[in-house]
Amino acid sequence: MKPLTIIASALPEAPVSEAAAPQGNGLTEMLAGWLPESVPFWGLTLMASGLAFGVIMAFVSVVAMFSTWLERKVAGHIQIRLGPMRVGGWHGWAQAIADGVKLLIKEDIILASADRPLFKLAPALVLGTAISTFVVLPFAPGVMIADVHLGIFFVIAISSVTTIGVIMAGWGSNNKWSVYGAMREAAQVASYEIPLGLSLMPPVIYYGSFSLLEATQAQSGWFGMHWYILDPSVMLVSVPSFVLFFVATLAETKRAPFDLPESESELVAGFHTEYSGIRFSFFFMEEYAAMFVMSAIATVLWFGGWNFLGLAALEGIPVLYTTACMLVFIVKSMLLVFVMMWVRWTLPRLRIDQVMILGYKYLTPLCLIVVFAASLLEYLRFVLSN
Amino acid sequence: MEEPPQTTPPDQHRLREIELDVRTQDVEINMGPQHPATHGVLRVLLRADGEILVGAESHLGYLHRCAEKIGENVDYIQYMPYTDRYDYLSSMNNNLSYSLAVEKLLGVEVPKRGQYLRTILAELNRIASHLVAVGTYGIDIGAFTPFFYALREREFLLDLFEKICGARLTYSYIRPGGVMNDAPAGWLNKVAEFCDIFDQKWPEYWNLLVQNKIFIERTANVGVMPAQTAIDWGCTGPMLRGSGVDWDLRRDQPYLVYDQLDFKVIVGEGYRGTLGDCFDRNFVRMYEMLESIKMVRQCLAAIEEGEVSHPDVSLTIRPAPGEAYVGIENPRGELGHYVVSDGTKIAKRMRCRAPSFVNLSVVEHTLPGCMLADAAAIIGATDIVIGETDR
Repeated sequence: MKPLTIIASALPEAPVSEAAAPQGNGLTEMLAGWLPESVPFWGLTLMASGLAFGVIMAFVSVVAMFSTWLERKVAGHIQIRLGPMRVGGWHGWAQAIADGVKLLIKEDIILASADRPLFKLAPALVLGTAISTFVVLPFAPGVMIADVHLGIFFVIAISSVTTIGVIMAGWGSNNKWSVYGAMREAAQVASYEIPLGLSLMPPVIYYGSFSLLEATQAQSGWFGMHWYILDPSVMLVSVPSFVLFFVATLAETKRAPFDLPESESELVAGFHTEYSGIRFSFFFMEEYAAMFVMSAIATVLWFGGWNFLGLAALEGIPVLYTTACMLVFIVKSMLLVFVMMWVRWTLPRLRIDQVMILGYKYLTPLCLIVVFAASLLEYLRFVLSN
Repeated sequence: MEEPPQTTPPDQHRLREIELDVRTQDVEINMGPQHPATHGVLRVLLRADGEILVGAESHLGYLHRCAEKIGENVDYIQYMPYTDRYDYLSSMNNNLSYSLAVEKLLGVEVPKRGQYLRTILAELNRIASHLVAVGTYGIDIGAFTPFFYALREREFLLDLFEKICGARLTYSYIRPGGVMNDAPAGWLNKVAEFCDIFDQKWPEYWNLLVQNKIFIERTANVGVMPAQTAIDWGCTGPMLRGSGVDWDLRRDQPYLVYDQLDFKVIVGEGYRGTLGDCFDRNFVRMYEMLESIKMVRQCLAAIEEGEVSHPDVSLTIRPAPGEAYVGIENPRGELGHYVVSDGTKIAKRMRCRAPSFVNLSVVEHTLPGCMLADAAAIIGATDIVIGETDR
């Protein structure tokens, strides 16, 4: 893995390919230009990390708030209601902010019988892992905190750490329903890691890289529509692999019909039954952040990342181009998030044994077949092109 | 190892040794009284080996309001509103059962128009009750949306009830001697309109919820209750018919005008799994709604102008000494009132046979062997209303 490369959004012309990437840290260098010489290097690094964290945190909060509002609106309209309509005026746009403020000022209850360190650490761990996955997302050319070479791997690895936080929350709550939720989460996520990882392999084979940036750049052909899922030569594997990935994602992010860890009609609220106030909202934010990250991964690998028809025409106007690319990327991801919400408010919930059967008996073998087919196809493409 | 808690007899407490000498102990966990899946304040003490239940025990009484004892201390008419509050989803039928019992004591017969109005309202109330049952069953399984669709039609019904008696939940409309008042002008046309709307909307629930693959997976072959078990435990209503027993009081012990109506008794068929599973109980409820619509249409065609109440039944009822029992087909099963009169204006004994209570008794025998998530499915398919089990 090459050193983390932070490229400032103000530098759309910044070299993005591996060979030409700046040796140091884009953000650090930028700060060094602004600050007096006396600031030591470690200070700059610290500041750059703080800045990056601040930006991601703000972005995650906005995404979580918007998704909460969207979820309530989607649920409302699916259920022949209107959803929030009052707070803020237009279609209750400020509802999520009001909810956030309410959660902040609510009493933070920690049970006397709870395992306090675990109970307190769990939400932070869960949200922290969700935030750190944002580091590798390529929002637009030059707008990316770090181009990690094993970006896809990084996301899968980090997002599984959430499970540990959930188990800590379930165990620390000293509530049997919470323990049930935590155990279900452990079993479910452990089983669905396999199909999730395998379903990511076809695109990786296609791009020949684990880097999310390279995957995006590889899809820039055809005036921005050369998406993996639209490439007719690989459609035979790209579409099934996306479907498999999407199903595994639903399980991984604890969304219906796989929301067993927090199934409210069985386990009250699952692992976060005993949480209140801001700690509860951390779990809430994590759920939406994870949904966004997973959708963003799908966007990058299957739906062309920031590429869109004719977007390259704007390349001459840097600021506009970057903004447009970011917008395309976020809209694509939010569309997938919307599909997840749509699924949630339509389908009933599976039972734990059915979840396991689906994971091990159907998804995993199918993923293996798709990976095999993808390898074969790639070999054929290689032979034919030479 | 600590001593197991003494809440259950020691022989029921299972300790097992598995590999590596790890001794495992069953989890004892309280489902309820505050739990979303128990439809009220039912407490089910579950004993689980991981996700699999090995024992269950239901504890009742959190909503006990001494309704029967109150019935022995107030006038016959004064007891009417208490019947509303047993099974608050089918108050019309509760009123009907009580009124029929009192009328049997008095030996009066309600005029024809009153009988038709009663039948229409009882059947509409059955639809309203089944809509909640099917909708909340969706929630138990994890599908939230069908509930709102069901409430949309229920809202129409509640508006109809509000128009005829002023109340939306506790009607007290059907009274000893007849009904509160005649239907307002145009009300019967509204009922006909509802029948047409409902016929269009019914496939929505069927396609969205009942035919859903996950719903079938979750309910078929779950909580199977053979016909003999259902009979042995005294189950009635959709619980009994779901197990394939063809028994419906509307046809087998007709009251009101049911003997003049043409309708089919819906019996479970094992349509998607074993006969008598949760799917069949829900299936019976789904199709009973359509049968009710059929009956309402027939009543609308047959209803004539005339009196709605018996003129001799006054507010102070003093039946001759004697006793009467009338059981009717409530949405949840046989609701019976046993009334003993000693000739005064207050009943000597008031007894209510509540279907939810009887149906619930079999649940704790169905639960062991199922998974934890099935507990919600089975309790939901029983369709209990705690107001009625505890009275």
